[in-house]
Amino acid sequence: MITKTDVNSKKQNQFEDEVEEGADLFENSQMLINIGPQHPATHGTLRMACRLNGETVVDSVCEIGYLHRAMEKLGEVKTYHKFIPYTDRLNYCSALQNNVAYVTTVEKLLGIEIPDRNIWIRTMVSEIARIIDHLICVGINAFDLGAMTFFLYGFHQREQAYTLIEQLCGSRLTTTYTRVGGLSGDLPDGFIPRLKEWLVELEATLKEMDKLLTTNRIWVDRTKGVGIMSADDALSYSMTGPCLRASNVNVDLRRDRPYLAYKSLEFDVPVAKGCDVYDRYLVRMREMHESVRILRQIAEKMPSGPIWADDKRVRIPEKERVHNSMESLIHHFKFFMEGFDVPPGEAYCPMEGPNGEVGFYIISKGGPKAYRMRIRAPSFFMFQPAPDMVRGQPIADVIAVIGSVNIIAGELDR
Amino acid sequence: MARERLVNVEPTQILLIAMLAKFIFVLMLLLNAAPLMAWAERRICSWMQNRTGPNRVGPFGLLQSVADAVKFIFKEDLIPAHVRKWYYLVAPGICVVPAFLTFAVVPFGPVIDVNGQHISLQLTEMNVGFVYILSISSLAVYGIIIASWASNNKYSMLGGLRSTAQMISYELAMGMSLIAIILLYNTVNLQEIATSQGGPLHFGNFVIPFLPNWGIFYQPLACVIFTVAAFAETNRLPFDLPEGEAEIVAGYHLEYGGMKWSLFFMAEYAHMLTASGLFATFFLGGWHAPGAGALLQHLHLAENIFPWALVAIQVLTFTLKVILFMLFFIVIRFTLPRFRYDQLMKLGWKILVPLALANVIITAAVIAAKTY
Repeated sequence: MITKTDVNSKKQNQFEDEVEEGADLFENSQMLINIGPQHPATHGTLRMACRLNGETVVDSVCEIGYLHRAMEKLGEVKTYHKFIPYTDRLNYCSALQNNVAYVTTVEKLLGIEIPDRNIWIRTMVSEIARIIDHLICVGINAFDLGAMTFFLYGFHQREQAYTLIEQLCGSRLTTTYTRVGGLSGDLPDGFIPRLKEWLVELEATLKEMDKLLTTNRIWVDRTKGVGIMSADDALSYSMTGPCLRASNVNVDLRRDRPYLAYKSLEFDVPVAKGCDVYDRYLVRMREMHESVRILRQIAEKMPSGPIWADDKRVRIPEKERVHNSMESLIHHFKFFMEGFDVPPGEAYCPMEGPNGEVGFYIISKGGPKAYRMRIRAPSFFMFQPAPDMVRGQPIADVIAVIGSVNIIAGELDR
Repeated sequence: MARERLVNVEPTQILLIAMLAKFIFVLMLLLNAAPLMAWAERRICSWMQNRTGPNRVGPFGLLQSVADAVKFIFKEDLIPAHVRKWYYLVAPGICVVPAFLTFAVVPFGPVIDVNGQHISLQLTEMNVGFVYILSISSLAVYGIIIASWASNNKYSMLGGLRSTAQMISYELAMGMSLIAIILLYNTVNLQEIATSQGGPLHFGNFVIPFLPNWGIFYQPLACVIFTVAAFAETNRLPFDLPEGEAEIVAGYHLEYGGMKWSLFFMAEYAHMLTASGLFATFFLGGWHAPGAGALLQHLHLAENIFPWALVAIQVLTFTLKVILFMLFFIVIRFTLPRFRYDQLMKLGWKILVPLALANVIITAAVIAAKTY
């Protein structure tokens, strides 16, 4: 990645050979313009420095690190349980998916079998997170291109989804729903009927959104053929998720390496051939419909039973007993202050997040903290090729491209 | 009858009073356009988007605009250090004045007869009204250019460049579309254009009694071109590229705040109002209220009230038409995404200008065929 100083030196060279005989005048009348870190179209704080010739982007570089919070290092100094709230702050649009991906990896290290109901609930929240993330992504992408109503239609349904999530775990955005070996709480009474109601509403809204934008001539003109990323390029940049599938690569971890309950669920994986912003939008819109389908199946098949793994190491003592028995109180105190020991080893559980492959690579050398943690966040891999995607295109397309690959600064910088 | 009551009033006094009344009406219309339309815009967009919108200040949030105005006035009048001060300060004024001036020739009512004095219900009775509109409305672009260059900001400069190109391109299409109207009515006087749109629709001897004799039925293509160009001229979405919130932040008024910014805001709404007034005049029969005369005769009004009631209804009708077109502006804004700069230019030069030209030629040919 080229740094800021490189851009400046390039710019300087440009002015040095300005006086050359027969030089293209327009070649030298270039302007350096910043998109970000403070700009209405950068979602979170990221920066693209663009060199413009008129309105055309001649070249651009991306700079990251404005939201760097040393997440991976924090994973090494916090006990396994204490790190769960931090995973909310990675991709804050789909916090539930990060929660699930993290605890699943820790459980793999511990070798814990989790009960069926827990697995199905985790699958369910992952899909709700996917819908929320996609609603935001297509909504913001359209909002940046001026379609405000489309965005707010989606946002209304997102709020409804957050109301459901609030019933699950008490908070809306930063969920911290999962626990190692369990969940913070079982489904509340009447949750499944409410989920079904919401799915009906959501489908109606998705249809409305579809009518508003999918065949809108201005929208199609703005997005078709913009931000092209061929299949080979996408693969070589390690892009994953909807953006890869929009580049005609049929990869979906939910289907190809089934985890959680995806083996017993029926769904299609939408793939598009256009490799552009429009197809990324289409793939996301269709994936939301698939997620609705998956959630309907989950609502039908949700098994009953315990949500906690039968494992003394990770089982959080029940509040009832903590308040009434000294031994449980001591156990509770030690559990949260010291954490639990995880046997040495390393684990990585890739999951198909809304944005692409989400995974936590954890090395344990025993003890209550990870020895080394590495987070695979899809945004990081999708911001890299942004300069390639916008080269030679008008500056308005930069906004369309950044919006379409859904860069969330929280997981980009970690 | 009116003559007898006003018999001891001097003709010059009547003219003076009429002038003042017209002036106050137009000024109120223009000054209230921005706050009222801002309120309507917020409420309508929130209604379209499943939201509540401002509903706390006053009934239905009507006083929200007043609160905003108070805020703008009492805000610190900040002038950034890097701007060209004189041009920076003068630009909002240059922007807002032409927007207000243009409305002067728009007729909001018929020519009325008071004590033998003919008073045309438009601020200025100008024979070259049409030419005046085209020339004055293109002055507004200077405000934007000066604002963008004086701001000494890259985003502003891009916004200024965009708006210059956009306004010049669409001015052309707009003018061309209106030439067909001039050919049709054989005059550039707006009051005459409005007057000749009375009665039922007729093509030669073929009369359609249930449709009014409005320009939109004679010149549908010109109407579409004018509408598109009006959106571009007023910098409204889908043509709000000079502002282009997502790309160039706020474009030409990025460095402005407080009252200076709200002048740009007022200019935008005044432009919208003028465009709506022109649309009503050229295509929707101006102040004509079809059926109003017949309706009033059913009421058996006294002879001296009848003409005044008719005029009142006609002025109201004109206002209603203007409001309807303003609402159309708002609904479109919250439905469509924004064009890209090159697409905008393509639409202007490759589609609208040729179409408008073809429309002029066809209209001219038809009129020539009818005459000879």
